[in-house]
Amino acid sequence: MFRLSIVTPEKTFFDADVASLMVPGSEGYLGVLSNHAPLITALKPGRIEYKDADNNPRFVAVSGGFLEVSGNVATLLADAAEDTEEIDVERARAAYDRAWELLKEAGKTAGRVDVKRARLAMERASNRIKIYEEKHR
Amino acid sequence: MATLREVKKRIRSVQSTRRITKAMEMVAAAKLRKAQQRVEQAKPYAQKLDEMLGHLAAGSTGEIAHPYFEERPIKKRTLVVIVSDRGLCGSFNSNILRKTDKWIAEHQDAELELVTVGKRANDYYKRRKTPIIQFHGDWGGVMDYGRAREIAAFLAERFTSGQTDEISLAFTRFVSLVRYVTGVESYLPVARPEVGDGDEGAVSDYIFEPTSEQIYAQLMPSYANTKMITALTESFASEHGSRMMAMGNATKNAGEMVDNLTLEYNKARQAQITKELLEVVSGADALAG
Repeated sequence: MFRLSIVTPEKTFFDADVASLMVPGSEGYLGVLSNHAPLITALKPGRIEYKDADNNPRFVAVSGGFLEVSGNVATLLADAAEDTEEIDVERARAAYDRAWELLKEAGKTAGRVDVKRARLAMERASNRIKIYEEKHR
Repeated sequence: MATLREVKKRIRSVQSTRRITKAMEMVAAAKLRKAQQRVEQAKPYAQKLDEMLGHLAAGSTGEIAHPYFEERPIKKRTLVVIVSDRGLCGSFNSNILRKTDKWIAEHQDAELELVTVGKRANDYYKRRKTPIIQFHGDWGGVMDYGRAREIAAFLAERFTSGQTDEISLAFTRFVSLVRYVTGVESYLPVARPEVGDGDEGAVSDYIFEPTSEQIYAQLMPSYANTKMITALTESFASEHGSRMMAMGNATKNAGEMVDNLTLEYNKARQAQITKELLEVVSGADALAG
């Protein structure tokens, strides 16, 4: 068991003891168990999975952030975090379409459109949609 | 004595003013509660981010290279002035604008440009012909995280592209319900985190994934965002707090005024009755005599 706290700029999203944690590190998913070595890593949009005190798996959609592990405390700073129930899938789909349009535009006019931003927005939106659909199948 | 009707009219008008200020006070109180909550909820993130930055600096070797740390000779300054869109909030706006004016007067050695948040600041500096490069208004007194990020992104772009060499924020800090402190704080460049201030026997053998440079590349924009969000949320909370206080005072004053006017009205009414009685009595006396 170790402490996990997930905080976003808007609020403290989660703060309790967990048995295990899996996060989307920038180099790929990585797992954290008790007594993990000190670690700081950047996260990319993806799915956080943790097992609570009763070993029930929980899923959270995250749009990038950072994870610090030291001395059996895992601090996850998320840009945004949502429970699977909280995901506004309509909004995510709209954001996806918007990003898609922007990228199509960029292909035609070359430049003018912020390709990097659009791509990131698309990544975040598709992550939310994916996690939502996994849950509601 | 035409004053009787006039006094009555004034009482009525003060009473309706009082109703409005009372309503505004209550609205501000409700908004304050929400805004205060936002301030509280934003704190853990800012704190943890600060800590992480410290640990990152302690764990990485050599000079940290990130554009946000770059200190250049100052040829141009950017000042972000954060005030409210609407008035009737006591000295909230004038306090921060006075502070800003003082700061501007003290920093005349370089060119200055402003980014204004809140209509009041924009109107004020437009009149004074200070160059404004961007204006963000119509917040409705509510924090909008998306817009905060946009402002932060714009400022970062301006700084890293060399269009400005220093960015500061002028805003009101929400210390407590009755204490608001105005001030100008530096925004970019970011001061290099202190290495080895050893708060809790800091672990320095962190594993960085992928590398500390890449984590910095992702962390710094978040850091700047958070600073902007903190400044805005605190400013909004202070605005609602000031408005609540100003309107509370106005309501109290209106109440006192109604009391005084009522007294005056009763006095005038009595004087009139006495006068009429005298007239009746002297009229009767004249007939009897």
